[in-house]
Amino acid sequence: MDERLIIAGFGGQGVMAMGQLLTYSGMIEGKNVSWLPSYGPEMRGGTANCNVTISSEPVGSPVVIESTTAVVLNLPSLDKFESSVVPGGNLMINSSLIEKKAERDDINVYYIPANEIANEIGNTRIANMVMLGAYIEITGAIKIESVYEAFGKVFGETKAHLLPINKDALKRGAEVVREQMKVNA
Amino acid sequence: MTKVLMKGNEAVGAAAIAAGCHYFFGYPITPQSEVPEYMSRELPKVGGAYVQAESEVAAINMVYGAAGSGARVMTSSSSPGIALKQEGISYCAGAELPCVIVDMMRGGPGLGTIQPAQGDYFLATRGGGNGDYRLIVLAPADVQELVDLVMEGFDLADLYRTPVMILGDGMIGQMMEPVEFRYQPRTDLPDKDWATRGKGKGKQRNVINSLYLQAEELEKHNHKLQAKYAKIRENEKKVEEYNVEGADLVITAYGTTSRIAKTAITKLEKEGYKVGMIRPISLYPFPNEAFEKIGENCKGVLTVEMSTGQMIDDVKISLQGRIPTYFHGRSGGMVPEPEEIVEKVKEILGGDR
Repeated sequence: MDERLIIAGFGGQGVMAMGQLLTYSGMIEGKNVSWLPSYGPEMRGGTANCNVTISSEPVGSPVVIESTTAVVLNLPSLDKFESSVVPGGNLMINSSLIEKKAERDDINVYYIPANEIANEIGNTRIANMVMLGAYIEITGAIKIESVYEAFGKVFGETKAHLLPINKDALKRGAEVVREQMKVNA
Repeated sequence: MTKVLMKGNEAVGAAAIAAGCHYFFGYPITPQSEVPEYMSRELPKVGGAYVQAESEVAAINMVYGAAGSGARVMTSSSSPGIALKQEGISYCAGAELPCVIVDMMRGGPGLGTIQPAQGDYFLATRGGGNGDYRLIVLAPADVQELVDLVMEGFDLADLYRTPVMILGDGMIGQMMEPVEFRYQPRTDLPDKDWATRGKGKGKQRNVINSLYLQAEELEKHNHKLQAKYAKIRENEKKVEEYNVEGADLVITAYGTTSRIAKTAITKLEKEGYKVGMIRPISLYPFPNEAFEKIGENCKGVLTVEMSTGQMIDDVKISLQGRIPTYFHGRSGGMVPEPEEIVEKVKEILGGDR
């Protein structure tokens, strides 16, 4: 396996945390992983993205230029990264904040109302976890149990009480994308 | 020990503490500020001291003082900050003080940018400070190697009584990868009987200095330093080689750039090209033998750097005109893409595969 992701959105949408959870989960499963953030002078409110590689082979370049999956949480990220997806790859669009549709027809496109689902569960800040749940359902790249284990490592014990609501978000993300997978298949 | 996922900069701090470094003097600068941040949080827990100096110049002189007392000590910065430290580094080299200096390079010259670059190769390997001195310069390509080289760096510094520079870039500082800490200190490290720790009764007074007003004495001191550098060249070269034998073309790159080159090589192999790689891990001493071994049938050596061409000078010196050399570089914080390297190789080799 060779999963190369670009996860992008506004600073504060949890793109870095989502990437770290995924990377940690891959490590727990004994895979080769790397996480590379964009870093710049304009962190808060500006655009943020990270590159995640999960592979059975040693990771070469940690920079993802051709992604197997792009997760976009806002419109500028869709405009910037739709072209990065390899043919047959996945483009996951946060349809709560992005009205525009994908232009390409040689990739699998998923529309996930991540913020709406997060709000239904009761915390808008877990929209990133909805996307993560959907990603795992689509690709099977890692096991969801690994994310539970990684959660404590990434967020620390002080956030342990938030695990149940995050589990909900992961589950809802997986559910919402299951229907779309049938259509894409 | 189990693996943990760590950011390169934090891993530098953790590796240093694991290697017994309890003193850190620095000044924040992107993209390495997580190093001082980590040290300020963690050093008090081990009874160490973290000082945020008023400037980089002050920080390196604090390193001079701590090293003079025999302690393991580190400082870190990024390119413009390292430039400011050059005077102090030359003094440390002259006074033969062991210390570890981390440079997470960013784009330059001048204040430049905060994005990754490799424009400090000359500064690191030629000495940005004055006088005939060298540093041991080690260039890690991933976070595990970064940890290993920081730890080994402290041993080499003590063994040779010399400053050691870890030359990384913004990318390796900012990225996260799994690491484990497995420090096995060398058993052949000499006692620091030269350190200034208080004279005690009847003992000889130690002086740490780089000032020699008598020319004869200073020349003698220079010969001593040169003998040490010769020993370092003899014993401490580090290099990774990949499919060099029988390669039509050899790519050479160090640090994170070597990983991009490796991805390019994987692509080229799929198309039937025979491309090898030499990755210098020690930049000083430079692993010239790896280049001397390249066969006459090799059509060229392509140096790839995140600079406008610095390491290529050492490549040319090592090859002595035997094989044509080529260069591909990006600078100013731009990171080369594997596809650029693939195209360059095809341009050099034409249709030969």
